[in-house]
Amino acid sequence: MEVLVFLVPLALLLGLFGLMGFLWSLKNGQYDDLEGAGWRAIADDEPVQERPVP
Amino acid sequence: MQARRDFSHYVRNLDSGLSHIDLAIEGVSCAGCMSKIERGLSALPDVTLARVNLTDRRVALEWKQGALDPARFIDRLAELGYKAYPFEPVRAEALETEQAGFLLRCLGVAAFAAMNVMMLSVPVWSGNLTDMIPEQRDFFHWLSALIALPAAAYSGQPFFRSAFRALRARSTNMDVPISIGIVLALGMSVVETIHHAEHAYFDAALMLITFLVAGRYLDQSMRRRTRAVAGNLAALKAETATKFVGADEISEVPIAAVQAGDIVLLRPGERSAVDGSVIEGQSKIDQSLITGETLPVKAGPGTAVYAGTLNLSGALRVRVSAASEGTLLAEISRLLDNAVQARSRYVQLADRAARLYAPVVHAAAFLTMLGWVAFGASWHDAIITAIAVLIITCPCALGLAIPAVQTVVSGAMFRTGVLLNSGDAIERLADVDRVVFDKTGTLTLPELDVANAASIPPDVFELAGRLALASHHPVAAAVARAAKTKTPLAGVEEIAGQGVRGFAEGLEVRLGRPSFCGADQLANDILYRDPEASVVAFRHGTACHVFAVRQRLRPDAARAVAALQRCGIGVEILSGDREPAVRHAAQSLGIHEWRAGVTPADKIARIDELKRQDVKVMMVGDGMNDAPALAAAHVSMSPVTATHLSQATADLVFLGEHLTPVVAAIGFSRKALRLMRQNLWLAAGYNLLAVPLAIAGLATPLVAAAAMSGSSLLVILNALRAHRGARAFSSEVETGSRQENASNQKSGAVPVPIPSERRWL
Repeated sequence: MEVLVFLVPLALLLGLFGLMGFLWSLKNGQYDDLEGAGWRAIADDEPVQERPVP
Repeated sequence: MQARRDFSHYVRNLDSGLSHIDLAIEGVSCAGCMSKIERGLSALPDVTLARVNLTDRRVALEWKQGALDPARFIDRLAELGYKAYPFEPVRAEALETEQAGFLLRCLGVAAFAAMNVMMLSVPVWSGNLTDMIPEQRDFFHWLSALIALPAAAYSGQPFFRSAFRALRARSTNMDVPISIGIVLALGMSVVETIHHAEHAYFDAALMLITFLVAGRYLDQSMRRRTRAVAGNLAALKAETATKFVGADEISEVPIAAVQAGDIVLLRPGERSAVDGSVIEGQSKIDQSLITGETLPVKAGPGTAVYAGTLNLSGALRVRVSAASEGTLLAEISRLLDNAVQARSRYVQLADRAARLYAPVVHAAAFLTMLGWVAFGASWHDAIITAIAVLIITCPCALGLAIPAVQTVVSGAMFRTGVLLNSGDAIERLADVDRVVFDKTGTLTLPELDVANAASIPPDVFELAGRLALASHHPVAAAVARAAKTKTPLAGVEEIAGQGVRGFAEGLEVRLGRPSFCGADQLANDILYRDPEASVVAFRHGTACHVFAVRQRLRPDAARAVAALQRCGIGVEILSGDREPAVRHAAQSLGIHEWRAGVTPADKIARIDELKRQDVKVMMVGDGMNDAPALAAAHVSMSPVTATHLSQATADLVFLGEHLTPVVAAIGFSRKALRLMRQNLWLAAGYNLLAVPLAIAGLATPLVAAAAMSGSSLLVILNALRAHRGARAFSSEVETGSRQENASNQKSGAVPVPIPSERRWL
């Protein structure tokens, strides 16, 4: 049962990663446009444009 | 004199050497539009960011400072086929967005903590039955405490703050029992953990917070969506003014950049966006948005002009008035303040439930404690049982009962073209038993329309429309709109007071006064039959045609009024317009009660009179003169074309040409209120089942967790029923309106007279 001492904190750590991921995506504005995001996923990739760098 | 468009007011300069602007766009509906716009704008040199937000129908743009004129973007979007307007985020909207982000963060933290504590709780529950040693159990409990306490402190903030505010104001709301429940549950669990006890309620407390924050978020996101749409509408209405920046130099600037003392140009066909007085020019102006009176008024130097006034004929120079005190607008907003105060006494269903709820629950918990002590239990056990009662009665389902229904119903309303401005509008709308309509712009379409379109050959109509595009006159604009043409004729010359002329297919074309086109006889024939119409003549070579232009009722107005009357809802008209026009509209709609020539104060008086008879009034109006009445009524609605002030005051806003959304909204809200009541009963029923268990001391953490999530799911599922019922209802309305359209096309729309004075110039 000693293995719990590792496993439980490990599980919590993984959960914490999930939470950090959520907070990061929130801060990144990924929930600002839920409708558009759905469409972007199926839109064609934009052709790569070489824009001159001034 | 070409106006330079000046958007510098909207541009934000970022620290990184970039400029930022937000544009609201009309007509974006799909993914195709999104990529078309983004590609089209990114192709401009020096643009670093072009991103469309499909939910809010906006585009955010960034470019190198000083490299581009923002007007370029608007032109580019116009080339792509979209109308765009610079957009200034309203402070209220920014606050709501911030609040939504905060609630989502709370939800994330609470959900994370609830899942992990649950992971630790399940072994304890199963271990209690088998062979878990007390040390292991304590370890799990302490770990739970470690997660639960900080998580609850963070994610419970929305409730703690609101409860604290309520208590400080010496009142109570739903958040007070919630906060007490959460704090007691956590406190008791910590004490129990210290004493190596079997049960801790960390998971229940966190699950409670998770469900409740989800409810709060739903409630808030509904309001935010409406706010975003309303913000776009404000931008799309293009509140700009043409300001003189030099003696003869003009610039188109947003209203916010106009100050008292500035001089603005008001061209024919434009609506004034400011209060002021005329200093130069002669014209006729239409004050119908302010007074409801459709008769044009003569304007010359010294005439006062109010925001919302439509300039009909000549160009005017207007000095923006320094003091807005004592103006009509100030008077109206004073009435508005009083009326809004009178309505704020309305208590929402949720708060009424909370008022009953808290004392009952706390009394039950207290009696439980006394009961157990009286039957010889120790104080410790009695207190634990009492707290278990509080936890299990915590209004988890109650917190979701109303927001869940509101979200589903507002989504359904949104699809039929009704936007909610205030959260409690649904409840107030449900018990309406009389609808008071304004006439101009509400029962009628806000814009003029060609009445005799059927008798004019299509090719002539199109040519006339192309010629009319060159004129600003409202009557000509109506012809252009009805002809649905987009390409103006080149080389058109405007002759002041007469009309416009140009050349097409080698022949001269003219549009304007009947005498200007030599069509007096034709025009007199039309005016003889229909003395209330405005006429505009068109001449192509030697062929003459005369258009009769008039205000028209909304296509489904009669059906909507009939539907309301069928539901037992009384209908009446309160209009500032003249008696013949109002009488005619009332007769053609079958409305028996109507009042004409009513002032804003009279409108309020009438609504107060109805209130005293205990009638729940819904006011539907669009003009500035309706705003106080909108605020005074039990619930209010405005068409999307309404003035700013009315729209801000109205509880609901409906889109489009049709009046059916008004009827549909009442239907939806009645359904919603039924479901809200059902949900409250479901939540109460759950308590009736669970509370005896808790009083008997049988509410283990497992029972609490199962009961809480069970009841919340039940309430959510019931709320989803609103969606189904609402869909059935909206399809009924749609088929109805389709039939109505068909019959309208056959019989021709019902015309409403407009004053004969409103002829061509």
